Amino acid sequence: MKPDLRSNRDFIAGLLFVVIGALAVALARDYPIGTTMRMGPGYFPTALGAILFLFGVYVLVRGLRSGEKVNGVWGARAIALIALSILLFGFLLDRAGMVPAIVVTFLVAAAAGREFRLKEAVLVAAVIAVFSVAVFSYGLKLPYPLLGSY
Amino acid sequence: MEFLNHLAFGFGVAFSLQNLAYCFAGVALGTLIGVLPGVGPLVTIAMLFPITFHLPAVPAIIMLAGIFYGAQYGGSTTSILVNLPGETASAVTCIDGYQMARQGRAGPALATAALASFFAGCIGTLVIALAGPTLGEWALKFGAAEYTSLMLMALVASAVMTQGDAVKGLAMVVLGLIIGVVGVDVNSGMARYAFGIPELVDGIGFTVVAVGLFAVAEIVMNLESREPREVYTGKVTGLMPTARDIKDAAWPAVRGTVVGSCFGILPGTGPALSSFATYMLEKKLARDPSRFGRGAIEGVAAPEAANNAAAQTAFIPMLTLGIPASATMALMLAALTLQGIATGPQVMLEKPDLFWGLIASMWIGNCLLVVLNLPLVGLWVKLLTVPYRWLFPSIIVFCCIGNFSVNNNPFDVYLCALIGVLGYALVKLECEPAPLLLGYVLGPLLEENLRRALLLSRGDPTVFVTRPISGAFTIATVLIFIIMVVPTVRTRRRTA
Repeated sequence: MKPDLRSNRDFIAGLLFVVIGALAVALARDYPIGTTMRMGPGYFPTALGAILFLFGVYVLVRGLRSGEKVNGVWGARAIALIALSILLFGFLLDRAGMVPAIVVTFLVAAAAGREFRLKEAVLVAAVIAVFSVAVFSYGLKLPYPLLGSY
Repeated sequence: MEFLNHLAFGFGVAFSLQNLAYCFAGVALGTLIGVLPGVGPLVTIAMLFPITFHLPAVPAIIMLAGIFYGAQYGGSTTSILVNLPGETASAVTCIDGYQMARQGRAGPALATAALASFFAGCIGTLVIALAGPTLGEWALKFGAAEYTSLMLMALVASAVMTQGDAVKGLAMVVLGLIIGVVGVDVNSGMARYAFGIPELVDGIGFTVVAVGLFAVAEIVMNLESREPREVYTGKVTGLMPTARDIKDAAWPAVRGTVVGSCFGILPGTGPALSSFATYMLEKKLARDPSRFGRGAIEGVAAPEAANNAAAQTAFIPMLTLGIPASATMALMLAALTLQGIATGPQVMLEKPDLFWGLIASMWIGNCLLVVLNLPLVGLWVKLLTVPYRWLFPSIIVFCCIGNFSVNNNPFDVYLCALIGVLGYALVKLECEPAPLLLGYVLGPLLEENLRRALLLSRGDPTVFVTRPISGAFTIATVLIFIIMVVPTVRTRRRTA
């Protein structure tokens, strides 16, 4: 049963909605609800969370009944590398400067592709870095250091 | 003819050297990015928005609009030459456009697409100039209750009309509304869902949501698909369609324009549905329907006219009511809001230079597209041969720079990675991200109007039904819901 559920498309989607909906309601407990006439800051999010929860339950149950599978496999490697490359950009821009941030982000993102060639990627990364510096630093005058921290 | 005076005023604004330059830059950049396979108008706008961020409002919106229809146009070039649409609106153009390209008629196909789009763009601009003020005047009567039910209608329609499952679409709208709640509540000053993070108190930036949800998810999906892309690399020779082509394409283009203009105004439908609808219509009307799918020129002219007309008229509800009809328009609305412009019926009176200048610049932009693109077809073909393994890391880099530059804060970039993971999961689970984006943009507006409406009615929810205009919207919402959702629920029960 377990591997089935892990690839059951609507079950996972429903579960995701249920969890987010429940979280939304739980967190909104700290905000005053008010009345329908004078809504407090908690009214709208609580209502939304509850609605999302209900939609989630419906989708989840439907998934259990139909058992439809997720299309293809989860591309965990690709999404992980892309996400990592974006994180690295934010991390490096402050600390190492724009050029290293661009080159590292490009290379890590490029590694997510199936046909990754290091030499070629380094070359294109360099081109993109030069282009970005020209457009963003000199053209649009963004105030980021090219190399080194703030 | 009052509207002629308005148009003349608009052209006066749009023809200033500065605005003309931004219009040109927007159209050129939009086409350039839009041509890249797998990059639709939405991602293009999200990616290029930060460039316009520091401009004054009028040139910024003119440039953004240019980016939008430039990208849309670039997308059709890609559909014809690569058989890979940048977005659903140009998916239909693939069917016959790509066949024409394979038969060595890529030139006429591209020219037909350009001319049909231009024609539709001109008519679309006229429709905005005529219908905008009328709708705006009518909308001045709207109170909080009307706005609330109108927004609900737009949200439900957008959820239900997407290709995917309607219930999941609705869930995505609600998820978007919840993401929109993040930040300070205007009425009480209380920070909601901020987790004590100062950056979240200001809410989540729309470029962060749009890039994460669309660009990241789209790239990873493209990386997963194992279908090899077949680029038409043959030389594009003989751009001009023959006299017969023009005769064949003329009426379909006119019909496409009419269909597109109507669909563009309706909430939740937009260019995608209009091009499908008009393709079906042409197939029905054709003397020999079997030609469709084998390179019929009508199959290029009609959907291209329709999606461009719809792209233009989609601005009407966004500008005059402040209610976007599609995810792309939601992005435009968010961009305007960041510029400090509240759209709505008052925008025409308070900012006539913005409203009429934008309309005039749309026409100029459409002109530029034809002038710019037909001679540059060779360049676009070259661009299409750039391998995807070079493109997608570059897109990621530009998105990162863009996201960082809006607030000069790495937090936005981190958040974008997180939303990217969520976006990928949602797409994988076949939950359409477009309704989420619409919900996210409309969320704060919806809450504000809902609160005000119920305060005015002393907490009586029947106000949404008893006020006539609001009641009409509510009934329409219920009808849309019943027509679209009930059948799917029933058939699912039967098959289950």
